Amino acid sequence: MTESNLPQALAEIRDDFLALEQRERLEMLLEFSNELPELPERYSEHPDLFERVEECQSPVFIFVEVEGGVVRLFATAPKEAPTTRGFASILVQGIDGLTVEEVLGIPDDFPNTLGLTAAVSPLRIRGMTALLGRTKRQVRARVGQL
Amino acid sequence: MTVEIDRSEKFAGYAHPERLVGGDWLEAHLGEPGLVVVESDEDVLLYETGHIPGSIKIDWHTDLNDPVQRDYIDGEAFAALLGAKGISRDSTVVIYGDKSNWWAAYALWVFTLFGHEDVRLLDGGRDKWIADGRPITTDRPSPAPVEYPVVERRDDEIRAFKEDVLAHLGRPLVDVRSPEEYSGERTTAPAYPEEGALRAGHIPTAANVPWAKAAAEDGTFRPVAELDAVYREGAGLADGEPVIAYCRIGERSSHTWFVLTHLLGFDDVKNYDGSWTEWGSAVRVPIVTGSEPGTVPSK
Repeated sequence: MTESNLPQALAEIRDDFLALEQRERLEMLLEFSNELPELPERYSEHPDLFERVEECQSPVFIFVEVEGGVVRLFATAPKEAPTTRGFASILVQGIDGLTVEEVLGIPDDFPNTLGLTAAVSPLRIRGMTALLGRTKRQVRARVGQL
Repeated sequence: MTVEIDRSEKFAGYAHPERLVGGDWLEAHLGEPGLVVVESDEDVLLYETGHIPGSIKIDWHTDLNDPVQRDYIDGEAFAALLGAKGISRDSTVVIYGDKSNWWAAYALWVFTLFGHEDVRLLDGGRDKWIADGRPITTDRPSPAPVEYPVVERRDDEIRAFKEDVLAHLGRPLVDVRSPEEYSGERTTAPAYPEEGALRAGHIPTAANVPWAKAAAEDGTFRPVAELDAVYREGAGLADGEPVIAYCRIGERSSHTWFVLTHLLGFDDVKNYDGSWTEWGSAVRVPIVTGSEPGTVPSK
């Protein structure tokens, strides 16, 4: 991973996780899960706009907006799927407001660097990798790079 | 010290009704000495969001799987895990979880590998408990550690390995995955992550009986007459014949293993936990694609 490509917000989230013991990392993931923002009204009534992340074990949907080169990321996942919600919330908090270049530059293996592999299992981490991949893909689609 | 069994009418028809408890029974027995309630979920954080009061968490991946070898933990690790959770060899253990008890059934099957005698499932699992408005808490219990004896795992009675399945070809095999996975249209359950099998399809001659045929809408097990119709009449399973069940990593087939063993009373049922993630990538093993069971290759 090229350190320089990792946006500061995501680097801080990663460092916060790595500073904790395994068990506390799960608690922090749960905090992220609880912090996933509600969808703004213009989207809460338009579930059709959202893309389902098929690779995740529970239903999670994302939608990307790009305006003036700035990325906004929206995600929704049920409360019964706290791990998936936690992954989505990390990405929303770390990505929302970044530029297109910054988002596309995020290393694809970012989810594997959070120190969650032992606490959550590698299988489950794959869902987050898919979330990041689909987010980048939507960004590319919005700016006509696909 | 065994806690009395749930004698509800609903369970009476099953071969081993003592393997199930209902919500009423569990709510009435919470806190009883000798009873330990265990939550085991697919989602590793679900327990933390709220669980049955007094229940402890055991995770199928981080607790029961060996971190290095693709296998379950050994007798020593199992003894350390259960002892730390306050489970004695004679505890009555009731397991419940998300997704109609897939992972709860998987945990129960692993407990059975170690010969833990009194282990039961909460019919309907986590979702039904919550839907019925029963108590949930985020308080974590701190069980006093107890001594759990080191008992070596016994893999010969209820667990099948790839070689066992090869030797078994032509005898009853149940593929409990979705029709799309069985036919080979895909290697993962719909909406599930790719778990890495090189080819798609099923083991020759396996009957496709998706696990969910055993579950009602609310996640509880179907009555015995309906289960008979699915497995005896539908899939042609007959008493006295050994059966092997498999899925993708062995969790959904644990659910079917539970149904065949404890609810229908088949006496020789094995779960092939290597399942499709092994068979679909293994060298020199035959597969069949399409929706028919297929035949055993001559060589």
